[in-house]
Amino acid sequence: MISYLIRRVLYAMPIMLGVAFLCFMLVHIAPGDPLVAILPPDASVDLQKQLMELYGFNRSYPEQFFSWVWRAMHGDLGSSIATGRPVAQEVFKAVGNTFMIAALATLIGFFFGALFGFVAGYFRNSWVDKIASFISVVGVSVPHYWLGMVLVIIFSSQLMWLPATGAGPDGSAAWIWDFEHVKYLIMPAVTMSFIPMGIIARTVRALVADILSQEFVIGLKARGLGEFGVFRHVVKNCAPTAMAVMGLQLGYLLGGSILIETVFSWPGTGFLLNQAIFQRDLPLLQGTILVLALFFVSLNLLVDILQTVFDPRIERA
Amino acid sequence: MSTLQATAATPATSAVTPPAYKRSRGHWANVAARIVRNPLAMTAAVILLALIGVAVFAPWIMPADPFATSMFTRLKPIGTPGHVFGTDELGRDLLSRLMLGGRLSLFMGITPVLMAFVIGSGIGIFAGYAGGFINTAIMRTIDVLYAFPSVLLAIALSGALGAGIVNALTSLTIVFIPQIARIAESVTTQVRRSDYVDAARASGASAFTIVRAHVLGNVLGPIFVYSTSLISVSMILASGLSFLGLGVKPPEPEWGLMLNTLRTAIYTQPWVAALPGAFIFITSISFNMLSDGLRSAMEVKQ
Amino acid sequence: MTDERDIGGPRQPLLQVRDLLKHFPLKGKGLPFASPRSAVRAVDGVNFDILKGETLGVVGESGCGKSTTARVLMQLINQDSGELVFDGETVGSRALPLRQFRRQTQMVFQDSYSSLNPRMTIEDSIAFAPTVHGLPPREAITRARDLLARVGLQPERFAGRYPHELSGGQRQRVNIARALALEPRLVILDEAVSALDKSVEAQVLNLLLDLKQEFGLTYLFISHDLNVVRFISDRVLVMYLGQVVEIGSSDQVFDRPKHPYTRALLKSMPSMDPLQRTMEAPLAGDPPNPINPPGGCRFHTRCAYAQTVCSQRAPTFSSDDAGHGVACLRYEADTASLFAHASSEVSHA
Repeated sequence: MISYLIRRVLYAMPIMLGVAFLCFMLVHIAPGDPLVAILPPDASVDLQKQLMELYGFNRSYPEQFFSWVWRAMHGDLGSSIATGRPVAQEVFKAVGNTFMIAALATLIGFFFGALFGFVAGYFRNSWVDKIASFISVVGVSVPHYWLGMVLVIIFSSQLMWLPATGAGPDGSAAWIWDFEHVKYLIMPAVTMSFIPMGIIARTVRALVADILSQEFVIGLKARGLGEFGVFRHVVKNCAPTAMAVMGLQLGYLLGGSILIETVFSWPGTGFLLNQAIFQRDLPLLQGTILVLALFFVSLNLLVDILQTVFDPRIERA
Repeated sequence: MSTLQATAATPATSAVTPPAYKRSRGHWANVAARIVRNPLAMTAAVILLALIGVAVFAPWIMPADPFATSMFTRLKPIGTPGHVFGTDELGRDLLSRLMLGGRLSLFMGITPVLMAFVIGSGIGIFAGYAGGFINTAIMRTIDVLYAFPSVLLAIALSGALGAGIVNALTSLTIVFIPQIARIAESVTTQVRRSDYVDAARASGASAFTIVRAHVLGNVLGPIFVYSTSLISVSMILASGLSFLGLGVKPPEPEWGLMLNTLRTAIYTQPWVAALPGAFIFITSISFNMLSDGLRSAMEVKQ
Repeated sequence: MTDERDIGGPRQPLLQVRDLLKHFPLKGKGLPFASPRSAVRAVDGVNFDILKGETLGVVGESGCGKSTTARVLMQLINQDSGELVFDGETVGSRALPLRQFRRQTQMVFQDSYSSLNPRMTIEDSIAFAPTVHGLPPREAITRARDLLARVGLQPERFAGRYPHELSGGQRQRVNIARALALEPRLVILDEAVSALDKSVEAQVLNLLLDLKQEFGLTYLFISHDLNVVRFISDRVLVMYLGQVVEIGSSDQVFDRPKHPYTRALLKSMPSMDPLQRTMEAPLAGDPPNPINPPGGCRFHTRCAYAQTVCSQRAPTFSSDDAGHGVACLRYEADTASLFAHASSEVSHA
C-alpha cells in the first residue's frame, strides 16, 4: 500500500504543474494589455517600459512561467497591481475567512445530508424516502446565489434578525468569536450548505440502499442481530465513502465560493477573485486561482489517501 | 461443402429483399415506455416544455416591450394592473423580460452541454477505445482541467476572456468537456473489454467499423444521460456568470443578469427581485428530475 | 468431402501451433517506470497440431492457460513468441494475411450473454461479420436467417429479437450461428456449453456434431468437464500451468492415461456407482501460481510419483508410435528406471 501512496503523490505532481501552467496561461489569454489597468492613459513610453520591466511582462513566456513558479514555491506571489500589497498576504487572509464559512457549510450540509440520506435509504420507496429525496434534489438544483438573496430578504429585510452583508459590524474585517460576529457567519454558511447537503444526501441514500439490499444483511439478521446492530453496520460501511464525498465538497466550496461571497460581501477568496477580475489585477488573479486550485488538488489527494487507508475494500491497481 | 450455397429454395437471392420480420421493441423504445410511467419525470417534462415554449414564442406573446423603460413605473409590485409580475428598477415590465430572458438563459444552459457532449464524447471514446499509452496521455491532460472546481474554472476562464455571451459559452463548454470525457472514456473502456467487441474483432472488422456498429450504440446512452444532469449546473453557472457581470451584458434580459440588477431592490420590492431566480430554480429542478427519471428508466436490469 | 479452400491436403494439419509463449507482466505493484519483476506465465511453450476434420478437446484446471491459448489462436491477443501455421501457411504472412485467416477461424465464447451486442437484433449480430467482408446487407440477412434456422431457431420468431429476450441455450445457438456466418473451417469453442443447464447442454452438443458433419468443420473444444470432452472429442490435449502435458486419442487418454496429472483428473470425476466412493482427494494442494511455477517438472509438487529428479529437470514432450504423447520423466528413457515401482503400473492399461 505504501507504494500506492507514493505513486498517488507522484501522480499529483504533474497535475499540479499542469494546474500552475493553466493559471499562468489564463491571464495571458486575456485580451488587452495587462498594464492598461494601472497606467494612466497619458503615461510615457518610459514609464510603460519601467513597469513592464518591473512586472516582467517583457520577458519570454517560458521565462515568466518558471520565474513565477519559482517565486511561488518560495511563497512570493507578487504584489497586487491595485493595492500594492503582497498577494500572498491578501490571499491567506481571505482563505481564512472563506474557510470559516466553507467548513461550517460542509458540516451543516453533511449533518443534514447524512440524515436525509440515511432516512431515505432505510425507508426506501416509502413516502419518507420521497420527501427526503425531494429535499436533496432541491439542494442540488437551487441556484445558491438566489437562495442567498431570498434568505437576506427573509431574515435581514423582513425579520431583521441577521445582518445582510459583511463579516462584522461596520464592515470591519477583524474577527472575534462573539455573538455579534457569528451573526454574520450564519447566512452565508447556511446558504452554502445546500449543495453539499443535496449531494451527500443522494450519495448516502444510494449507499444505504445498496448495503441493505445485499444478502449479508439478511444473514446478519438471521443470526439474531438486532435493528441497532444492523444500523451500526450500515454506518460503518457508509462512512468512508460519505466522508470522502464530504471532503470533496469542502474543496468545491473553498474554490467556488465567489458567488455567495459576492451576495453577502463576505471578505473571502471569492470576493478577492471578484475584485481581481474587475480591476484586471493580474498578479492577484493568478495568485488567488493558483492557491485555490492547488488547495483543491491537495484536498483531493488527501481524501484519496485517507479513503484507501480506511477502506480496505478499495482495490488500487 | 457449404450447404448455404446449395439452398435450392431461394435461387438468385441477391435481387430479392428479405421479408421484414417483426422486430422487438428496441432499447430506447423501452426507456421511453418506462419514463412515461414516471409521474415526477413527466411533470418535469411538461414544465420544461411550457418554459421552452414560452421562451421560443416570447417575441410574439410578450405582453409589453421588455426594453421600454419608464421612470414613473419603477419597481411596481406583483399584480399591478398592466404589469402582472411587476416592473424592474428601470420600469421595464418584468413578465416580458422574464419571457424573453428565458431564451438566453435556456440557450446558455443547454448549448455548452451540447457542445461539450460532442467534443467530450469524441475525446473520451477515442481514448477509451485506443487504450494504452494514448489513453493515459489524453486522460492525464484532461485531469489537469478536472483538477479545478467547476465554478472556479468557469469564472477564471470567463474573467480572462472577458464578458460576453460567446466567451461565457466557451468557458462553460471547456468546464464540462473533462467531465463528459471521463464518463465517455470509462464506459468505452468497459465496452471495449466485452466479448461481443472481441467477437467483432475476430471477424476482421476495422476499429472504425467496430466503434460505429458496436461501441457507439452502447456508449452514447449513458453519456447522454450523464450530460442531461449537467444542464441544470450549466444554467446556474451561466446565470451566475451574468450575475457577476461576466456573461450577458445589459440591456439584454437574462435571468441571472436580472437578479444582479434587481439586487438593490430587495429591500423595496423583494418578491419582484426574487422572481428571476425562482425561474432559474424551477428550470433547474425540472431538468434534474427529468435526468433522474431518465437514469432510472435506463438502469432497469433486462 | 472436398473443400475448395483446402490447400495442403488431408495429411496437412489444419492448424499447427509452434512454441507459443504469452506472458502477462505484472505491473503496478512497484513504482512507475520500474521494470516488471514478474509475470503471469499463462502460455509457456505450447506445441500441438489440430488435424483436419477432427475435434480436439482441451482440458485442464482453471488458470492452466486454455482460454489464453484460445485467444492467441484467434489472434485476439498477440503471442510474445511462437507461430501459427494454418493449412501450411504462416498466419500473418503475405500468403495468409490476418483478415483472411479470420474468415477461416471463428470462436464461440463461454458467456452467451456478453458475446452478443445487447443493442443489436439477433439477425443483425449474425449478419455483421459477412457485411464486414463485403457481402451486401440483404444477402447477409438472408444468410443470417438461414443459419438461425439451421441452429434450430425459427427466423420468423427469433430474427428480430434482442439478446435479453432469449434463454441461455438459445443465445448460445445464436453464437454458434454467428461463428458460422463467415463459413469458417476451424471453430474454437471456449467452454461453450459450460454455462448451460445439462439438458440444454446435451442439445447444443448434438447440434455441434450435426453442424460439424454438415459443414465439414474442425473443432477445438475447450472444457473443464471431462465427460463432455470424452463425448465429443476425437483427440484430447491436457494442459497444466501453461504447458501441454499429454495428448492422444480420446480412448488413449481416458482409458490409458500416462501423465500423473491426467490420472488424477480422471480419478477426481465422481462416479455414478455409489459403491465406488472417492475416499481421498486425488490431487493434493491448490494449483500453484502461474507467476512462479515450481522448478523442474511443474507438476512435481502435487505428483504422487515424484522423485528427486523431478524437481531438478523439466521433462520434454515426446510421442509414441500410436500418437500418444506425454511430458513426464517416467517415460523418458534415461529416467524411467528411477520410478521403479511405478513402471509396473505403466504397463498395465
